[in-house]
Amino acid sequence: MTPAERDLRDAALEATEGAGALERRLERTWRTREGFWGALSTVDHKIIGRRYIVTAFAFLALGGVLAMLMRLQLARPESRFLSADLYNQIFTIHGANMMFLFAVPVAEAMAVYLVPLLVGTRNIAFPRLGAFSYWVYLFGGIMLWVAFILQTGPDVGWFAYVPLSGPQYASGKRADVWAQMITFTEISALAVAVEIVVTVLKQRAPGMSLDRIPIVVWAMLVMAFMIILAMPAVVTGSSVLIMDRLVGTHFFNPAEGGDVLLWQHLFWFFGHPEVYIIFLPSVGMLSTMLPSFVRRPIFGYLALVMSIMAIGVLAFGLWVHHMFTTGLPRLGESFFTASSMAIAVPAGTQIFCWIATIWLGRPVFRVPFLFILAFFFTFVLGGMTGVMVASVPLDTQLHDTYFVVAHFHYVLVGGAVFPLLGAIYYWFPKITGRMMSERIGRWVVGLLFLGFNFTFFPMHILGLQGMPRRIYAYPPELGWGGMNLFVSLCSIALAAGFLLFFVDAVRSARKGPPAGDNPWDASTLEWATTSPPPPYNFARIPVVTSAAPLWDERAALPVASGLSVNRRELLITTMGTATPEVRETSPQNSIWPFWAALATSVMLVWSIFSPWALVWASIPVAITLIGWFWPRGTPEDDA
Amino acid sequence: MRHRVVADLSALPLHGSGSSSQTWWGTLAFMLIEGMGFALAIGVYLYLYSLAPHWPIGAPPPDPVPGGVIALLLLASTVPNLLVARWAKRQDLRRVRIGLVIMSVAGVLPLIVRIWEFPALNVSWDSNAYGSVVWLVLGLHTLHMLTDVMDTLVLMAVMFSRHGDNRRRYGDVEDNSLYWYFVVLTWLPIYALLYGVPRL
Repeated sequence: MTPAERDLRDAALEATEGAGALERRLERTWRTREGFWGALSTVDHKIIGRRYIVTAFAFLALGGVLAMLMRLQLARPESRFLSADLYNQIFTIHGANMMFLFAVPVAEAMAVYLVPLLVGTRNIAFPRLGAFSYWVYLFGGIMLWVAFILQTGPDVGWFAYVPLSGPQYASGKRADVWAQMITFTEISALAVAVEIVVTVLKQRAPGMSLDRIPIVVWAMLVMAFMIILAMPAVVTGSSVLIMDRLVGTHFFNPAEGGDVLLWQHLFWFFGHPEVYIIFLPSVGMLSTMLPSFVRRPIFGYLALVMSIMAIGVLAFGLWVHHMFTTGLPRLGESFFTASSMAIAVPAGTQIFCWIATIWLGRPVFRVPFLFILAFFFTFVLGGMTGVMVASVPLDTQLHDTYFVVAHFHYVLVGGAVFPLLGAIYYWFPKITGRMMSERIGRWVVGLLFLGFNFTFFPMHILGLQGMPRRIYAYPPELGWGGMNLFVSLCSIALAAGFLLFFVDAVRSARKGPPAGDNPWDASTLEWATTSPPPPYNFARIPVVTSAAPLWDERAALPVASGLSVNRRELLITTMGTATPEVRETSPQNSIWPFWAALATSVMLVWSIFSPWALVWASIPVAITLIGWFWPRGTPEDDA
Repeated sequence: MRHRVVADLSALPLHGSGSSSQTWWGTLAFMLIEGMGFALAIGVYLYLYSLAPHWPIGAPPPDPVPGGVIALLLLASTVPNLLVARWAKRQDLRRVRIGLVIMSVAGVLPLIVRIWEFPALNVSWDSNAYGSVVWLVLGLHTLHMLTDVMDTLVLMAVMFSRHGDNRRRYGDVEDNSLYWYFVVLTWLPIYALLYGVPRL
């Protein structure tokens, strides 16, 4: 390609080649090849994001099946439907699957799809890393489920406490499968986190200064930083656990100077931020959706952004509240009680900002908004029981009971899944070009909201009555039978709600009414392009003049011209004011991230059985990485 | 939506270095991840140290000589590292090639010395928790050096290929040199920890 061809820009194009020439050229430059190899090689953030979302929801459905099996087992006393051994595997995999294969990946998946569109760029930063991340995630998830089918599913709880998961009490490979599932998912999460950070800091459309960034993008940025700072703790933990089990180290062996509580510190130093890694993206999605349904900008933008950051920081100072019953020093416990209650302040600030937004607006009761309302009720209840268990005496009483099960399902499902489902209804038209059903959607909200509350509210009472978590059966004399039967029956409504959601999503993707570019008359940039967006996202890079660009520029979208159409080019802007800095290229499709992910997966699975895997399998990993990074002399490589 | 062209980007440079390059930011993000990993490993060490009645457990303190030699080698390597970054900024291909050869040697030498450093710990990873954690910390740092040396070797090969004389590659050389400072800097607190704490 000669420099003149490489440099062919859109400004000159329409004069010489006529209308539509710009779109045709960009389509050719940015498209994903058809067929099997094309699908494996794509680096389009929209295709990878879509795959990520679908895969995460598939794991949600699988985890839901496990939940229903548990409810079937617990519906009556002394049930013999599941064996104790199978029940242990089921509750472990339910938790691990929901946290590591659904909740965190789906938040990242939404970020991978939405962030580049929301900030007005053509692809995510380091798109090959995104492709690698997806494959590693998929292979890790498959490993866990295949292990379960082969009767080697982890059975040590989703947090795999030692000594139960150590070499002494967990023989076989079950705990190792858990540990390596962690490694798989954390590698993929860290890869996406780096992409999000760089995309948000450096690829925002010109004019999108810090005070014009959509709140969901702020939330994704804070989430990405939290992943970067929290995930290394669990990787360190799971790696030394597998070393204790495989090569005879003594990190968690008190007889040789190790310590079992070290595990809990490492795990919860990750585990508590993890809760907010799941929650913050939902907060962000909610805050960005809300203005479309109350027809006014969000109230308290600055307060909301500051709250998100404050939660991101405070989340790292709470982990010991998961360890109140381990006999730690009293002073330390008091500190963590105080910090746990302190996080209610930014969380409360957010709630008041949202209430004010609705109060001052003119609500339109569409399905995403109904999910937001369901979130308010459920999340506030979960937040209040959170303040309760932050108190040491009460926690001592309720620790490891169904009260805690109720609390965390209220905050996770109410706080994260309801806004997420609202977000799916909201962005589905952008992703597929078709609307989901408003009528079915109302049924989904109703079933999920009622089904959820009737399923989980009684668990508070069961917990107060002393029913412990993780028991596969209970004697009739304890009197928990009636309430458990009620819970199990109500869980059917909850499951029906999810089933209906899946039916609606699949049906609407094929037959839903066409959505148009901006069906909600929303204000953010992703609605400025077609639904679904073309491979290049925007024919010209938008220029942002306010925090609600599509509301304030109704006549015509201000755009910038001048990027090359013959090679993949995007715009780098400054971090604070988003002033254009450089025209930068974006990598071509490549099969190498797939091979690298495959080689990494072989190494991780092999290392369950032999430490030498790290030596021998690192050779194919190195080869695939060199293949990935070796320059090919493409136009994108010129400078 | 209809478009209204308000700006022309065609005069912008085609590739930036430093804070206007994505790779630079990516390198910083990876440093943050690895830095956090090291901080946690050091935390595990100090946690176990705070619990133990005697430290080191059942072993003499480690011999600081091989690790000290590595510290000196790493500190000395910052000189060619500085030069290679400067040459890359000037896009001087011949000097960058020479500089990368020197940096590859400067990366491999400490790895060779490390072969003597593991026995100098005077304890095996499976003896007790002290042995486990010193092997963990030293192993982590070895892995860290090894990956960066591999990276330097591949980059050197690229610079000797027809793809070398390219602004993007010079940027890669600068980022690689930035990362090497991180490798050198992480060793200093780890060295103080591994060899100083058992002598307190």
